[in-house]
Amino acid sequence: MAMMAREPEPLAPSPAEGTARQEVEALALAPLPKDQEAPLEERLTLSIGPHHPSTHGVLRVVVELEGETVVKATPEIGFLHTGIEKNAEYLLWQQAITVLDRMDYLSPLSNNLGYVLAVEKLLGLEVPERARVVRVILAELQRIASHLVWLGTTALDLGAQSVYFYAFELREGILDLFEEASGARMNPSYFRVGGLAQDLPEDWEAMARAFLAKFPKRMAEFRALLDRNPIWIDRTKGIGVLTAQQAIALGLTGPLLRASGVNYDVRRAFPYCGYERYEFEVPLGTQGDAYDRYLVRMREMEESARIVEQALAELEPGPVMVDDRKIALPPKEELKVSMEALIHHFKLVAHGFEVPAGAVYQAIESPRGEIGFYVVSSGGTRPWRVRVRPPSFYNVQAIPAMAEGHLVADLVAILATIDPVFGEVDR
Amino acid sequence: MEAWWLLLVKSVGLVLLLFLIFAYLMLFERKFLGFFQLRHGPNRTGPWGLLQPFADAVKLVFKEDIIPASADRLIYRLAPMISLFVALAAYVVIPVAPSSGSFRWGIADPNAGLLLLLAILSLGVYGIALGGWASQGKYTLLGALRSTAQAISYELAMAMSLVGVLILAGSVRLDDIVAAQARVPFIVLQPVGALIFLICIVAETNRAPFDLPEGETELVGGYHTEYSGLRFAMYYMAEYINMIVMASLLTHLYLGGWHGPLLPPVVWFALKVAAVLFLFIWLRATLPRFRYDRLMSFGWKVLLPLAALNLLVTAAVVVLA
Repeated sequence: MAMMAREPEPLAPSPAEGTARQEVEALALAPLPKDQEAPLEERLTLSIGPHHPSTHGVLRVVVELEGETVVKATPEIGFLHTGIEKNAEYLLWQQAITVLDRMDYLSPLSNNLGYVLAVEKLLGLEVPERARVVRVILAELQRIASHLVWLGTTALDLGAQSVYFYAFELREGILDLFEEASGARMNPSYFRVGGLAQDLPEDWEAMARAFLAKFPKRMAEFRALLDRNPIWIDRTKGIGVLTAQQAIALGLTGPLLRASGVNYDVRRAFPYCGYERYEFEVPLGTQGDAYDRYLVRMREMEESARIVEQALAELEPGPVMVDDRKIALPPKEELKVSMEALIHHFKLVAHGFEVPAGAVYQAIESPRGEIGFYVVSSGGTRPWRVRVRPPSFYNVQAIPAMAEGHLVADLVAILATIDPVFGEVDR
Repeated sequence: MEAWWLLLVKSVGLVLLLFLIFAYLMLFERKFLGFFQLRHGPNRTGPWGLLQPFADAVKLVFKEDIIPASADRLIYRLAPMISLFVALAAYVVIPVAPSSGSFRWGIADPNAGLLLLLAILSLGVYGIALGGWASQGKYTLLGALRSTAQAISYELAMAMSLVGVLILAGSVRLDDIVAAQARVPFIVLQPVGALIFLICIVAETNRAPFDLPEGETELVGGYHTEYSGLRFAMYYMAEYINMIVMASLLTHLYLGGWHGPLLPPVVWFALKVAAVLFLFIWLRATLPRFRYDRLMSFGWKVLLPLAALNLLVTAAVVVLA
């Protein structure tokens, strides 16, 4: 009521109002209240990124420095927003795989796997045995490939240039395997709802075994270059330490969490794809520093190679796609002779299949941690919502906790050992 | 005293020669890095990439010369020139072969050749510090600070380590020092000193694993972040010519200079310098980068005391023997 009783404001500022505005302006222009610990003018605000050589894509970290010591680090994300989640809602269930591929572009097959498992859960589908085993093999090879990129870029950031090239050269072998299987190296979209896009070529197993045969030797080379290298240890030991409590409180997963000594691996905790059948260790760190994260990832690569070996041993011929014609495309040769097959083909390509209404959450262990797909269906031919829980998003928020108190040079080591992929942070 | 025209010819010849060696040192570095790293290195321009340096030079000359709006224009222009001048000037006192009669293979022959050389070299830090400061950028400032601190702390250990050589040779003239190694190169008598000197020259020239001032992954380009075109090229040339100077110095002080069987002295000298330069490249291909504070404490707490100890022991042995 008091508001209404007030007289209409004059358009020109009254003298009293003029002084009030001046006061406000004076306040706005006055220096900000000084920090208790150190005067602000002794600090240097440095904007690192989004186009800085070692931000692994497009992260921006605003750091406040005293000398070269980071007193405050604020990560800023959102430079690689692609609207992938939203795009998925406009695509058929099967088509959405192709955009979800591109979230974590360093391990597209993990994205594939999480999504198709979620959709299969909604459909109540059981994929054929061969498809399951191939998925495990490729997902683990993907983990190795992704960790190799991490190893190379981290070494490059810390100045060990050659390791970068050695790691990428080894990764080439895995990409060749992907290419051989799916036709694409980077975004294979090879796992489909109901199985695989196509069967592996005949010589694929031999290729994979050849790769595994040379793998331990190459890993030994990396370890010889870095494991006990004094400069490497100096740059990583005691850097970016996270305690187990901190890691859990920040919602970290993957190698970052395990380096802090927390034994959580989705493959163990909530097995999918029959991971409970394979024998593998979950490597754990003790200190939670950058060196532990390095060791954990190195061990994980070796464990992944073990899983691939076991899975290759149990790989037997058989179908790689469910034979439900409402889900799987009929074989090409049938199209010419069977009217029914042609109708199914047309229907699946033009209209897609329907998924019963419901919502599921499916998490898998991606190279970066727990990647979760919360998939909601309203009963249509397109997802109603695909919400992704990207591990990198959570891992990136550990930057302030890890970096504050360290030097700028350590910030580089910290960013590198987080191994973020901004395609999945921003989606 | 030589005729002025001879000095002029020698000076111009030296500058051209250094530029040429710089160009091919860069090519060889890229080639060898390529071989270390399972790739080919430059191989598109000319046979075996031999024309690559000229292509680079042409590219850099035609780049736009950018001066940041907030930069101190005079100092910004001056700084790369200081760096390059100092690098070139240092070679003046380094002879490449023994004097034959009245003809000398170097330009100047001061009595205190080595001291003059050290004095010139320590001016080099001005180019870096002023360039980083005049660019008025945060990254450049940090890079300049780092390199100033680094150069100052490593110069000390370097000078200390080579006093051992001076005691053994009994002279600061480079010709005399080389002559004193006619039978045994000083690296045999002064292994610790040689090692310290090697580490220090790697640090002095800002090469990996001590390439902090321009540590690309931390400080983008370090002190030369804002420089482009020819001015950037000057810094680049200064860095590589400094490498050549330091490698020559190491050769003269510890590796016996031009002494060697069969081949002519100039060839021996060139071979030894090339071997040292190859070592620089090898280090770069293998080692991660030091952290700045570790670099400083390594210089002050390890190298300097070690150099002092080396000096004491050498002096004691020379006096007692």
